[in-house]
Amino acid sequence: MSSKEAILQKIKQNQPKEVNELPNLEPLKETNLDVLDQYKTVLKSIGGDFVEVSNYVEIIDFVRQNFDTNKRILTTLTELSEVANLDWSDDDPHSLEDAELILVKAHFGVAENSALWVTDDLMGQRVSTFIPQYLAIAVNKNDIVAKMHHAYDRIGNQEYGFGTFIAGPSKTADIEQSLVLGAHGARGLTVFLMD
Amino acid sequence: MKNNISHSEAAEIFNKDVERVNWHDETLWFVREKRDRSAHQIPEWELLRETASQIKLNVLSNIHDYLVEFEANAQKNGIIVHWAANAEEHNVIVHSILEKHNVKQMVKSKSMLTEECHLNDYLTERGIDVIDSDLGERIVQLRKEPPSHIVLPAIHLKKEDVSETFYEHLGTEKGNIDPQYLTESARHHLRDIFLTRKAALTGVNFAVAETGEFVVCTNEGNADMGAHLADVHIACMGFEKLIPQRKHLGVFLRLLARSATGQPITTFSSHFKKPREGKEIHIVIVDNGRSVQLGREDFRNSLKCIRCGACMNTCPVYRRSGGHSYHNAVAGPIGSILAPNLDMKKNADLPFASTLCGSCTNVCPVKIDIHDQLYKWRQVLVQEGYTPKVKTIAMKTMATVLANPMVFDIAGKTGRFAMKNLSGLVNNKLNKWYDQREMPEVPEESFREWYKKNGKATKRKNDE
Ligand code: SF4
Repeated sequence: MSSKEAILQKIKQNQPKEVNELPNLEPLKETNLDVLDQYKTVLKSIGGDFVEVSNYVEIIDFVRQNFDTNKRILTTLTELSEVANLDWSDDDPHSLEDAELILVKAHFGVAENSALWVTDDLMGQRVSTFIPQYLAIAVNKNDIVAKMHHAYDRIGNQEYGFGTFIAGPSKTADIEQSLVLGAHGARGLTVFLMD
Repeated sequence: MKNNISHSEAAEIFNKDVERVNWHDETLWFVREKRDRSAHQIPEWELLRETASQIKLNVLSNIHDYLVEFEANAQKNGIIVHWAANAEEHNVIVHSILEKHNVKQMVKSKSMLTEECHLNDYLTERGIDVIDSDLGERIVQLRKEPPSHIVLPAIHLKKEDVSETFYEHLGTEKGNIDPQYLTESARHHLRDIFLTRKAALTGVNFAVAETGEFVVCTNEGNADMGAHLADVHIACMGFEKLIPQRKHLGVFLRLLARSATGQPITTFSSHFKKPREGKEIHIVIVDNGRSVQLGREDFRNSLKCIRCGACMNTCPVYRRSGGHSYHNAVAGPIGSILAPNLDMKKNADLPFASTLCGSCTNVCPVKIDIHDQLYKWRQVLVQEGYTPKVKTIAMKTMATVLANPMVFDIAGKTGRFAMKNLSGLVNNKLNKWYDQREMPEVPEESFREWYKKNGKATKRKNDE
């Protein structure tokens, strides 16, 4: 007998005879959060930053003023081509190692934990939201949902090869519980909240 | 892992450095308080726990079908699925994947399952270089120690220790104890590793039967750096990591980080569904005693555990004895339930390493009856004859004394006399109860004596 068959047989034998019902998730969705307000507060508290912008031109201005544009800046958003390179999605992922800033878009954000849902079709490359020194993500203000239950309602049956919730910059507290931003991934996360 | 000494002996050694023990205790309590603050911000916290617990109950009662469903969906997504009955088989599978790809170096992100299976040693013996990439794991790996906590692997170390370790292995400045500086050095060291490894291994936090995807949660992004830069991604999971549907992730992702560190969610909650084009994802589904535990009705619920570590952070025994004293990959209250299932003889001491105060049960996000299970293990272990020696004598004596009123009376009188007049006889190493405790003041008379005199009168008074 293969290990698979042996394991499954033993499990079948040992699991309870009756199946317990799955609980209803609906009551968990009740909320009266001010979603935008909550989103901003939580993002700040976990080391992220936000900028409210009304269009892509304002994002371009912000990047020019706040980042070293002599270094490598990459994006998947055609609207930002003035300030960032668009032609890298077929490159070897290792070559993104020297990216100073990568700008992508999120499908939506979650107020209770400030996480942003990004999938591979928005990333250009899967490693792009992890490897740069700094990361910036744009999201529409009316695409912020209250809680994770609403988030999965939004995701529904969405197809993706890879998707991730990103909440703030990469961080660690493994040395005596002192919080340090920028463990392996981005040292900073700027969220552009768009009208 | 060393296991020639018992929990209490190891704890005794740990307790010699009083200052360090106090510091350890306070650090973990600080994490526990962060968890409280975070939980209290969610008005529906208790409903959330109850819901998570019920989802896991459903999983445990239907796990056979969910596993079959998960495998089929994962395969449809292009993921290669393997099954391992035990630790040895798990290690052989991982090794064979590496061999097939001619990989001599692998980067690994945190996985307690591979600790349980002693994978690093197995691969190292076969000439494969394994680098742990979670900062805490890397620190203990350089020191050739196992992690002492499932979420905070280096929680037992001070920044001076880390500084010394990095000076020795990474060439950092001697005596520089700034966490920012030390983290930055590790960042450079590990970036090199990520950029040069062809294979990456990660753990699995949740696997979804409905979609065949799996989720890995980290704050550092190390699992993602490894997996997205490598050609081969191997993900190892105990079969209990399964959940029914994608939407159930919403419940567990709300609970996990809040219970672990007080964060509203981990920085990255990554959903791996399909491999990149031309690359491979392998999943190894491991039993290693889990199906036996599933059949132990009293201990079945321990398989609901989502490895948040909250029970350790709150446990007064863990906080004052340190993770290494549990001589098991998973330490603390939940580890003490899981370990005897794997090896009763070797781990018979662990269910006794608890005050049964119930604090663990109160914080557990999936409502495992942790302290009740510890109590039940004690009974099983005594019945099976696996009790630690000193405890056996004490318990047998106690049983005789409690069963016999006259002996009980005499024993009480003798005890009180001894404690008062021969304190050296009580406060010695053979009396396990005295270890780490101050003995109480001795009462003038026993409760029995007091009751004989006043009991009846009191009773009459109450009846009036
Ligand atoms: S037993 Fe509960 S509290 Fe302890 S690690 Fe598991 S889920 Fe967390």
